[in-house]
Parts: sequence; structure tokens; C-alpha cells
Amino acid sequence: MSEPTAVPAGAHDERSWPLWEVFVRGKRGLAHTHVGSLHAPDAEMALRNGRDVYTRRQEGVSIWVVRADDITASSPDEKDSFFDPAADKIYRHPSFYDVPEDVEYL
Amino acid sequence: MTAGSAPSPEAGSAAYVLAVADDAMVYAQRLGEWLTNAPQIEEDMALANVSLDLLGQARALYARVGELDGSGRGEDDYAMFRDERQWRNVHLVEQERGDFAREMARMLWFASYQHELYAAQLASSDPVVAGVAGKAAKEVRYHLDHARHWVLRLGDGTDESHRRMQAALEWAAPYVDELFDDHAAAVTAVEAGLVARLPSELREAAQGRVEAVVSEATLTMPDPPTWRSRGGRDGIHSRPMGYLLAELQHISRSHPGATW
Repeated sequence: MSEPTAVPAGAHDERSWPLWEVFVRGKRGLAHTHVGSLHAPDAEMALRNGRDVYTRRQEGVSIWVVRADDITASSPDEKDSFFDPAADKIYRHPSFYDVPEDVEYL
Repeated sequence: MTAGSAPSPEAGSAAYVLAVADDAMVYAQRLGEWLTNAPQIEEDMALANVSLDLLGQARALYARVGELDGSGRGEDDYAMFRDERQWRNVHLVEQERGDFAREMARMLWFASYQHELYAAQLASSDPVVAGVAGKAAKEVRYHLDHARHWVLRLGDGTDESHRRMQAALEWAAPYVDELFDDHAAAVTAVEAGLVARLPSELREAAQGRVEAVVSEATLTMPDPPTWRSRGGRDGIHSRPMGYLLAELQHISRSHPGATW
């Protein structure tokens, strides 16, 4: 516990604990999927809170938690320049060639 | 379920299982009070989960008690329609909800106790008792883990959290001995193979767990308390118990047999 929490006694301010994003991998899932977020004083407690909040109904077999601050996200303002240029480049989809009849698996 | 006279083996077993169930039921009720009152909504969920684990243990055990004592009573009969003197839980679990540190001190002790208790019931001669123990053992490991993490953070946190966590340990201390008393029903239960060990034989391991957490949290074990609770296993309870039962039971008693 090298980092004492900065929460004053009796504090009820949710913002006093950092925000964590929670990712859960389901039983048959291959990847961890984002399920939501929560507040926790540190990573270990975030993991436990994630267990209690997001896996009460057997939703998962593995949990990741990531400090929301540590996620670099694209900005909504950049949406046009980021994503629109891909809209008219249909040749990037693998649909412009004929599959020879004898090829079974492609 | 009469106290005093020598019980038949079945009645003795029933009395023992009832005590285990009552501890779980009453603590489930106390923990349920934290909903909307915990420091964070995440902790509301965590404590409610623990509460529901304990409620589940109590329900399964009450159903078994109804078979063992031959009364055919169901879980609701035990939880909702018994008066204070018929409850066999220890005083620790019936005490009023204090601050969060107190709850973590209580959970640390109770989960440490239950951890050893259910381990001693895994090979029970009674299949239901063994079955509940198998399921509950995993649940209790999590309760213990939850309490441990909070005691570590509060003990080794700020000056204020350290002070309150230490005070919480002092608060819990007088209620600890009662958990490990070899009451009559427990002695009968050991003879019947219902549980492998007497309550007093659970103490060393349970206390060891608590001491390890307390020390890691830079806290100190309290001095031996100047008084100790007693009487819960005989149905003698402390003042908060009546209020707890009133809240727990009033709907069932106001509307007997109601369903939704």
C-alpha cells in the first residue's frame, strides 16, 4: 500500500476515487470486452469491484481493469478525418475477385 | 430444541446446524443494511453480494434443520417466525452497523471463523451440511479477501483511517471469544461426525489469519478485552437483536403467507 488514498474520512464524493474501465471475457469469448466502468481506490480493489458489479450473473471468467486516464481515445472532433476517408474505398473489401470453383476453403 | 436437557442425537445436530445458520442469517441482515450506505456504490454491491452469499447458506441450512428436528419447518419459519430467545447466533453478528472500519473488522473475524468452520464440515456425516460447506468455502474465501484488502488499506492509509481501523479492532475484540466457545450443540455435533472440530479448535487458524492481516496493515492486535459477550448460543441476546428481528420479520408477521 505504498500509495495512501487521498480520500478524506467520510467522503462521499465519487470523484475522489479514480475511474476504471472494466473488460470481461466470457466463458466462450476469445477477447475481453468492455462492459462498463467503476470507481476504485486502486487496481486491486478495481478488480474486486469489477467482479462484484459486472460478473454477478456468471458473465465472465476473466477481468481486466484499466485506469480510464491511461486510455488514449480518438476525439469526436476527429471523427471525420479519422474515419470518413475509408468510406469510399470499397476496393479494400476482399470482394473484387472470383473464387475458382475448385477452391474449397477460402 | 430445548436447552438444558440432554438432546437426542438428531435434535443435537439440528441445534448445531441452527446455530451455524443463525450466524449467517443475522450477519446477512446486518450487511444488507449497507445498501445505499456504503462509502461507494461499488461497495454497496460488494457488501450486498456477501450478504446474499450468507443468506444462501442460511436458507439451505434452515431447510436441513427442519428435517433434522423432525418439525418439517421451512426456511421462512426459522427466519421469520422465531422470537429472540429462539435464535442461536453469536453477539458479534447482531451488533449494530457502525462505521465502515467496524464492518471490515467484523467481517475479517467472522469470515476467518467461517473459513475454518466450513473446512471442518467438508467431510460432514450429513450430506447437506457437507454440501453447503463445499459451496460456502469458496464464498467465504472471497469475503475474507474483501475484508483483508480493506483492512490493509484503512490500516495503512491515512492517519484518520488508521485510527478508526484500530478502534474498530478494539470494538470487535469482546465479541470474538464467543465464536470459539464449545457450546453443547457443537459438542454433540462433533460426536455425531457432523463437523470435524470443536469451535475452540478453529481458533488458532482463524486468529492466525486475522493477526497476519492486522500486522500487514500496520495495526496491532487489541489487548485482551476486559469483558466478553456470551449467551448467544443459548438464546440470550444483546439489545440490538430485538430491533434487528423487528425489521427482518415485520413484513412476514404482518402478512403471514403473503407471496409476490
